[in-house]
Amino acid sequence: MTDPNSAPEAPVNLSATAPAESASAEVAPTAVAPSEAASVALPITPETPAEARLELDIAAGEWQRVSPKYVVVDIVGWVIFGGLVTAASAIPFWFGWEFGWILPAVLGPVFLLVIAFTPRRVKAIGYALRDDDLVFRRGILFQRFVAVPYGRMQLVDISRGPVARALGLAELKFVTAAATSGVLIPGLPLERAEELRDHLVAVAETRRAGL
Amino acid sequence: MTDAQQPGDGTPSGKGTPSGAGQSGDAPEVARARAAAVTDYTDGEWHRLHRATPLFRGGLTLIIIIGVLIANFRERLIGSFVPGGDEFTPDDPLIDLIVRENLIPQAAAALIGVLALLVAGFWLSWRFHSFRITDEVVEVRSGILFRTNRKGRLDRIQGINIARPFIPRIFGAAKLEISVAGNDANVPLQYLRGTDADALRRDILRLASGARRAANPAPVSMATDASLAPDTDVAVDDGTVASAGASASASAGPSLGADGRPVDRDTPLTLASTVLESRVNEFLAPELDPDLAEPESVVRMDPGRLIGSTVLGGPAITFVLISIGLIVGIAITDELALIVGFVPTLLGIGGFMINRIVRSLRYSIAATPDGVRVGFGLLSTSNETLPPGRIHSVKVSQPLMWRPFGWWQISVNRASRSSAQGAGGQSQTTILPVGNADDVRTVLRLLLPAGVTDESMPLIDLGLTGSGDEGGFVPSPRRARPVRWFSVTRNAAALSPDLVLLRAGAIWRSLTLVPYPRIQSVAITQGPLARALRLGNLEVHTVMGPIAANLGALDRDHIVALFGGVSERAISGADRDTSHRWGAGA
Repeated sequence: MTDPNSAPEAPVNLSATAPAESASAEVAPTAVAPSEAASVALPITPETPAEARLELDIAAGEWQRVSPKYVVVDIVGWVIFGGLVTAASAIPFWFGWEFGWILPAVLGPVFLLVIAFTPRRVKAIGYALRDDDLVFRRGILFQRFVAVPYGRMQLVDISRGPVARALGLAELKFVTAAATSGVLIPGLPLERAEELRDHLVAVAETRRAGL
Repeated sequence: MTDAQQPGDGTPSGKGTPSGAGQSGDAPEVARARAAAVTDYTDGEWHRLHRATPLFRGGLTLIIIIGVLIANFRERLIGSFVPGGDEFTPDDPLIDLIVRENLIPQAAAALIGVLALLVAGFWLSWRFHSFRITDEVVEVRSGILFRTNRKGRLDRIQGINIARPFIPRIFGAAKLEISVAGNDANVPLQYLRGTDADALRRDILRLASGARRAANPAPVSMATDASLAPDTDVAVDDGTVASAGASASASAGPSLGADGRPVDRDTPLTLASTVLESRVNEFLAPELDPDLAEPESVVRMDPGRLIGSTVLGGPAITFVLISIGLIVGIAITDELALIVGFVPTLLGIGGFMINRIVRSLRYSIAATPDGVRVGFGLLSTSNETLPPGRIHSVKVSQPLMWRPFGWWQISVNRASRSSAQGAGGQSQTTILPVGNADDVRTVLRLLLPAGVTDESMPLIDLGLTGSGDEGGFVPSPRRARPVRWFSVTRNAAALSPDLVLLRAGAIWRSLTLVPYPRIQSVAITQGPLARALRLGNLEVHTVMGPIAANLGALDRDHIVALFGGVSERAISGADRDTSHRWGAGA
């Protein structure tokens, strides 16, 4: 039986790739004990009974945050997108539809709200490098946590939009054989993104698995 | 056309020589593994395909065009020789011109020139189309002006499909399609002699499995697999003599071929009747080569059940609903033109239903040492071998109308998708078109031999029909009723030592099984509504396919525990997984 709370204690240090092998060797035999039981029971331990949000037992300090400058990139993106959509929604009004003003009047504030929450949203983006997998989180209203084992990595993509480039940021995409994994870490300083990419590639190489 | 039937025609099939062992300077165990091969296609040299390949791949159009031309000429010839026949001659300005200007020799020369050019083109394309199979890769190169070269790694093979479209099948040819992971990432070898295709598949799978069998270089046909029936047993069934005899002679030399029966590759066939007989034998031969697979499919496809399930399946119900809507619509509006709009839909659905029945009538599934072999088809057949560990997730589902009969269907997610295959993807992703609970258990055992055992069978049965928290399933809490009206006790997840089991649906029941080593990533999500109810959703990501292994509305604490449990097991499962070289340990 395994304890889901037994997440690796030590934060994985980027510069040290050596502990990778020893860690996996130590995790492997204990992770799934060959049991007679057909099913594996999971101990369910709520930390606080009232907690309804999703939260993993990864210490807050272990979550690595993206650069605060990413707020600017996100806001610029939303302003352009929201502006265009709101303008487009106002077209019926210009063409003389009496109640056409309702659409932009609804959409505009919604986008403003989204933009206002950008700093919170960016703060909610985080990733943690555990011994054998990368955990990525994002979202406040719609939360999403993804765990991708390093050995599943097919490729790592670094891409930079114009605004991000001006701020020296890049986004890193972790691609697996599943199209739905969707791990895209935005707002990383370029050198950090490159360092992370090299680290991920090196670690993935030591845990290479089939599909 | 006749050279399709000539034995030993340049395609280096069974010449009786123990293959490539002497010709290459590889390591001894490699040479021995090659010696164990049944065909010498796997010697790492370039080989060519079946000579009639261009004909099957488009030459038939040419023949049809020639036929039409000849038919036209016949009219004219009759017209010129039979008095009074002229009045039936259609007017054809070009031919009239030729006849009037007395250009017949020139026209004939042009025609012959075009024909010669086409034949030369076909011949060249055949010459330039070659393939080779080494210990690591299978490689195909083709094209005269625009050369293409495609390589597939053997240890990445997701399945090998042998398809026999109707016309090539008449001539005893088959298409071997090696799928590697990716969208339409297939290496097709079209066309090969049917018996060669079976033997070649066996050889490729042996190379891919990593099994060297170095310790057992002796009787070659036995080295194919130690547990096989001896050759003498194989020849019992009359319908299989052609293939069994051929593989025996190819593997062990001419001496073994002299088993008293005409073997279509070693003995030159001079009598047309013998050719015909062997063709008929091959045509009627069972899809699964009895040499390797159990000749009996483990699941019997009952025609009544097949037709019943098609009639009660989703598309059929759509069909009925559309028809009713159509009739009502016409009755109300008196507008018969409505039919026109619906005709394509009705034709499409009707075609799908007939196709499903025809394709699945000769359905077969059996275990082989190199994975599961699934066969479909009546006139055009295809049968595919899926090596172990190539099945990424399995879904057992039950449409509503099948429930009184206890029928289920099984589909899978695989890493390879062929664009050219199957009716509506039938053969590619539907592994069991319809079956009862026993069939489902049998097929699941074949598909996931590690995860589906006697021990875990009760759990799987609970997953199919059970509800509540029996046996390790943890269902949604009662507060999830607003989002799971009927299925709140059925909506459950369980972890077995080897599988994630996701059970869902009280009306449309389904069970999704994902083996840990195939999990690409795990996610949990929660939206505002789920948060208000203290719930969450689990997503187990596998390669793309018809199955999405997701389960919503589970208890929040359970979801968090599942996230930890599944992600840990995905890692440890992958560490222990050796299925990419499944025979290496054997």
